[in-house]
Amino acid sequence: MFKWFDKWNREHPTDIERPAILTGVAGAVVVAVVAVMALGQPYKTDSLQTGPRGNGMSVPEFVSDLAVPDPAIAELFDDPPYVPEEGEELAGDIYQNVQILGDLTDANFNRLMAAMTRWVAPEQGCAYCHGDGDLETYGEDNLYTKVVSRRMIEMTRNINENWDVHVNANKQVGVTCMTCHRGQNVPSDIWFKMGEVNMAAAGWSAVQNRATPLSSYTSLPSDALEKYLLDGDLIGVHDLESRVAARPGDEGVPTIQDAERTYALMNYVANSLGVNCTFCHNTRAFYDGGQVTPQWATESLGIQMVLELNNDYLVPLAEVLPEDRLGPVAGDAPKVACRTCHKGYQQPLQGTNVIADWPELATSDAPDYGQ
Amino acid sequence: MSEYQNIFTQVQVEGPAEWGMDNENDLASERIVPPGFSRLVGWVGNAQLGPIYLGWTGMISLATGALAIFIIGLNMLAQVGWSIPEFLRQGFWLALEPPSPEYGLTIPPLNDGGWYIIASLFLLVAVCTWWLRTYLLAEQHKMGKHVAWAFASAIWLFLVLGLFRPILMGSWSEAVPYGIFPHLDWTTAFSIRYGNLYYNPFHCLSIVFLYGSVLLFAMHGATILAVSRFGGDRELEQIVDRGTASERAALFWRWTMGFNATMEGIHRWAWWFAVLTPITGGIGILLTGTVVDNWFIWAQEHHFAPMYDGSYGYEAYGTYEAFIGRE
Repeated sequence: MFKWFDKWNREHPTDIERPAILTGVAGAVVVAVVAVMALGQPYKTDSLQTGPRGNGMSVPEFVSDLAVPDPAIAELFDDPPYVPEEGEELAGDIYQNVQILGDLTDANFNRLMAAMTRWVAPEQGCAYCHGDGDLETYGEDNLYTKVVSRRMIEMTRNINENWDVHVNANKQVGVTCMTCHRGQNVPSDIWFKMGEVNMAAAGWSAVQNRATPLSSYTSLPSDALEKYLLDGDLIGVHDLESRVAARPGDEGVPTIQDAERTYALMNYVANSLGVNCTFCHNTRAFYDGGQVTPQWATESLGIQMVLELNNDYLVPLAEVLPEDRLGPVAGDAPKVACRTCHKGYQQPLQGTNVIADWPELATSDAPDYGQ
Repeated sequence: MSEYQNIFTQVQVEGPAEWGMDNENDLASERIVPPGFSRLVGWVGNAQLGPIYLGWTGMISLATGALAIFIIGLNMLAQVGWSIPEFLRQGFWLALEPPSPEYGLTIPPLNDGGWYIIASLFLLVAVCTWWLRTYLLAEQHKMGKHVAWAFASAIWLFLVLGLFRPILMGSWSEAVPYGIFPHLDWTTAFSIRYGNLYYNPFHCLSIVFLYGSVLLFAMHGATILAVSRFGGDRELEQIVDRGTASERAALFWRWTMGFNATMEGIHRWAWWFAVLTPITGGIGILLTGTVVDNWFIWAQEHHFAPMYDGSYGYEAYGTYEAFIGRE
């Protein structure tokens, strides 16, 4: 039926593929260029310079990510303190068994109690710590939640008062219960000991090569937080001279395995803050204190702070906490680290000042209402 | 008419299987696997598959190599509770690790590096007998031993990583784990532990030869393909009797950069660049931890790494508030 067509084609051989491919490619390029020009580059990035010019020290982010503020900031609320008047009666005199908030006025005491409910137990309300009884029973210490929250208030005050160098390194921001809890009974991004993640082996083989949250899903060791943020082991692995006489296996000589564990901690820190290595280090010489960025000092103080919080405040709570709040492997108390506060941001709640309304949490002495 | 293409060979000539020379070494009697033809294989090389000569070296190499692979694989399988799905899911994370540092050069327990030592021993035998095979087969074919010596340069790096350096360091724990991600972690950790391997001059040399090999391979491959229409792919004939393909290829490079390699010499260039990559790399690894413990400090002492002049330009650093648009 189409013999004439086949015959015509035979007699007039024409290369169709080459012009078709050329036109197609050129057309696709034109469409792509016009789309980018009209709609904008969807994967545009911006970067924060962190080191001397020309050595590539910067933290890159997608502009689209930077445009979205931390959603938790919207949950913060203003609740200014009531400036106490001369001779006003204090909570310690009004209520039973007020051990650490006794020098607050009644109004401020109840203001703080209400805020803590919103921060930590918005669903359960007062009953989460005080039980279902009448107001007269609120002085009792029957529930573990109340004992724990008392200790956590002390911890919050300690952070604001004594770890100012880390928390307020850039500007006054402070911490409250909200910094970690974000409306949950138990904060997200706490951690427990993982124990041996590889039961079929012993030694260094037993603690690595598993994708766990504590190894940031790498095959690096999963015990980095335990060793460095609980036991306080030495993080640095470098020799500070070009040649030192030391053998792996000798006491205090860091091995390649130690370097892997340090690398696991560094991965955890970087992911917790949403940054990269060059936020703190000049990567040509990771160890060199003369080449690190100002953030390195803030970070080092943060590690010391976390060590103190875990050992002095959280580990002892294992005696108070019920079994279902303890670690699944070692039955240990929940512990904090960078991500518990930072939640993936360089500064928790993107550097929002949360302490301004809460002088009661800023110090372990009598609160300063600026009188 | 069909045409000759450079990426896939579209023309496949298929006749009776070629058996090769049956010379005084009695090669034919030890050849196994009846020859067959594969169109798919023919696209990228010779369509004929087999026969293959194994010999005693090949047998030992395959047997010990298989043992090493099985020991590594079964150890990984044991780590996921003998579950094949978990083995596949976590395969890239799993590893057979060397012993912990406290065992030094002694024999460790099986579950803390013992299996690693056994697997390594079998792997060593497998690699060495395979090397011997490349040497003996070349000898039987009355060839030069270039393949064997090139392979030996790779074995040098392998032995430095798994045998020589651990012995010099006095600990098997210094060896590289057998696993996909774990051996990459080892590489990074090794560099970090010894103060940045990029400041190791032998690492620099190794990179030069590696990138040089890539460049030479691309230049040579491109040149030969470009003159294959004049018979340039028949390189051996061109070496003996320089034809128009050789002439054009040589002229092209001489007119492009003033110098051209010869049809034979280009293969020496490529061979030496390739062979020097693991040789220099191996020297760099061997010196790390044994002679130099911090390469960055070593490089500064030898005026190899620049010092900053002290102007850190803090004023140019960005602020977080400006970065997130909350000033």
